[in-house]
Amino acid sequence: MRKALVSLGLHAALVAGAVLTLLPLVWMVMASLMPAGEASSVPPPFFPSHVTFEHYRELFVHLNIGRVFFNSALLAVSVTVLSVLLNAMAGYAFAKLRFPGRSRIFGFLLGALVLPSQVAILPLFLLMRQLGLISSYWGVILPGMATIFGIFLVRQYALSIPDELLDAARIDGASEVRIFAEIIMPLCRPILVTLAIFTFLGTWNDFFWPLVVLTDDSKYTLPVALANLFGEHVQDTELMMAGSVLTVMPVLLLFLLLQRHYVQGLLMGGLKE
Amino acid sequence: MAGEVKMSSEVRAAWLFVGPGLAIIFLFFLLPIAAALLLSLTDFDLYAVADWHNLRLVGFDNYLHLLRDSLFWKAMRNTFYFVLVGGPLTVVVSLAAALMIQSRLTRFPGLFRTAFFAPAVTTLVAIATVWRYLYHPNFGLLNHALGWIGIAPIDWLGDTRWAMPAIILLSIWKNFGANMIILAAGLQSIPESLYEAARLEGAGWWRQLRHVTLPMLAPTFLFVAVMTCIGYFQLFAEPFVLTRQGEPLNSTLSVALLMYKEGFRFWHMGYAAAVAFVLFLVILAATTLQVRLARRGEA
Repeated sequence: MRKALVSLGLHAALVAGAVLTLLPLVWMVMASLMPAGEASSVPPPFFPSHVTFEHYRELFVHLNIGRVFFNSALLAVSVTVLSVLLNAMAGYAFAKLRFPGRSRIFGFLLGALVLPSQVAILPLFLLMRQLGLISSYWGVILPGMATIFGIFLVRQYALSIPDELLDAARIDGASEVRIFAEIIMPLCRPILVTLAIFTFLGTWNDFFWPLVVLTDDSKYTLPVALANLFGEHVQDTELMMAGSVLTVMPVLLLFLLLQRHYVQGLLMGGLKE
Repeated sequence: MAGEVKMSSEVRAAWLFVGPGLAIIFLFFLLPIAAALLLSLTDFDLYAVADWHNLRLVGFDNYLHLLRDSLFWKAMRNTFYFVLVGGPLTVVVSLAAALMIQSRLTRFPGLFRTAFFAPAVTTLVAIATVWRYLYHPNFGLLNHALGWIGIAPIDWLGDTRWAMPAIILLSIWKNFGANMIILAAGLQSIPESLYEAARLEGAGWWRQLRHVTLPMLAPTFLFVAVMTCIGYFQLFAEPFVLTRQGEPLNSTLSVALLMYKEGFRFWHMGYAAAVAFVLFLVILAATTLQVRLARRGEA
């Protein structure tokens, strides 16, 4: 009896929590489908009186969101592919190849893990300006191409690969590059998938650096374009919600599809040391 | 040249593999952080942006100016308000969610975990846009819901007393899921035998929580607390979007937002670098303090 009551209370709290958590996201979708102006009425409606896609059409036809969407996708994919490769290479080397200074360099990187990236932004901007990369895709791609966190993640995973496997391949005459491409990469697949999801979401959602370095609106990413659009269209609730849906939905769907891998990565970042 | 010949193929391969990644991290992360310190000792401004020859070393002038700048202190106060109130609230909500999810009584834990975690993967700028409408004094769902229980409409984003709580509420919503996952894994790794022993001694739910769960969870808890703290000190996109760059009356102006405005709006880059560097020192001190306190708690 007591146990049943506790269980009831627990599930009531869980359901209430889930409703509160999902409500803003569901409302965002609902409002994006309302006729213009409907969200700004009293009492505020939750469901659209009739469903319209006019705001999505407006975004694509007049506000060039297709281009912005393309920018976001291109940058997220490029950064993901390149950084997974570079982090995998470095992480593997730190785990499995012996070279002078290895543990010293790695220790230094670990210490640098706590440095807040915001401190780097001003000089990084000046550096990019010097390189002529302001408002170029490379301005976003280059700094994202390797991360200490990514190297750390791969290294921890690669440590468990048996040395005998590598030695056997070397005796068979395989080059170091071939060992990496044909043995290490497949073995590290789970952690690389996790890292890829992490990097994709991080790049897609990033705001501060793209805001600073992408000054030309033809290069804007979704978050930057959305923040800009907000300035001019703050009254157009439904239009802004359509823009938010376009920004959030790709990452939300990706997460739902690949949830298991993502959660795994979060735990590795959190628990190993 | 002779050295290169002697280098084993393993060492050569190692440098080939770590080289590109290290170069990127050094050039685009470590070097800029070091340069921030140098930049903060100069009067780098719009004229220097145009021509580097206009650059002068000014020693600690920027820092002295900072200490006399009431806007800087306001941003510092706001940021500490956000970290000291929002941080603990976020961690407590995360812990509650983790405990509920891990409870043996819970049915469909995976479903609730997905729901609670969903906000963590969303785009902050889009979400802050959504919440700006939810907070609307007349048409927002939040005030409407509060009306049901007889609470008069609150001007969430227009009232200097409510703007920061509004940002904190959004941040809890956005961030508790990720912490929950990490804490839940920590809970899972506590051996069941400890609970059995506690139950044999007649310990109820509360005493099991206090004497088994929380002490065993301490390392994970510390990690979550430190990461939340480091992240929260860098508050930026929330006040940028939700309260239109720190309104009302700068009551949500954060240190990072001040750095952005000084650096990229007014091109006071030397001054902005000093702001950034002070933020860096504050984060470093806060992290050290947390770790120290945790160590003392253990001893």
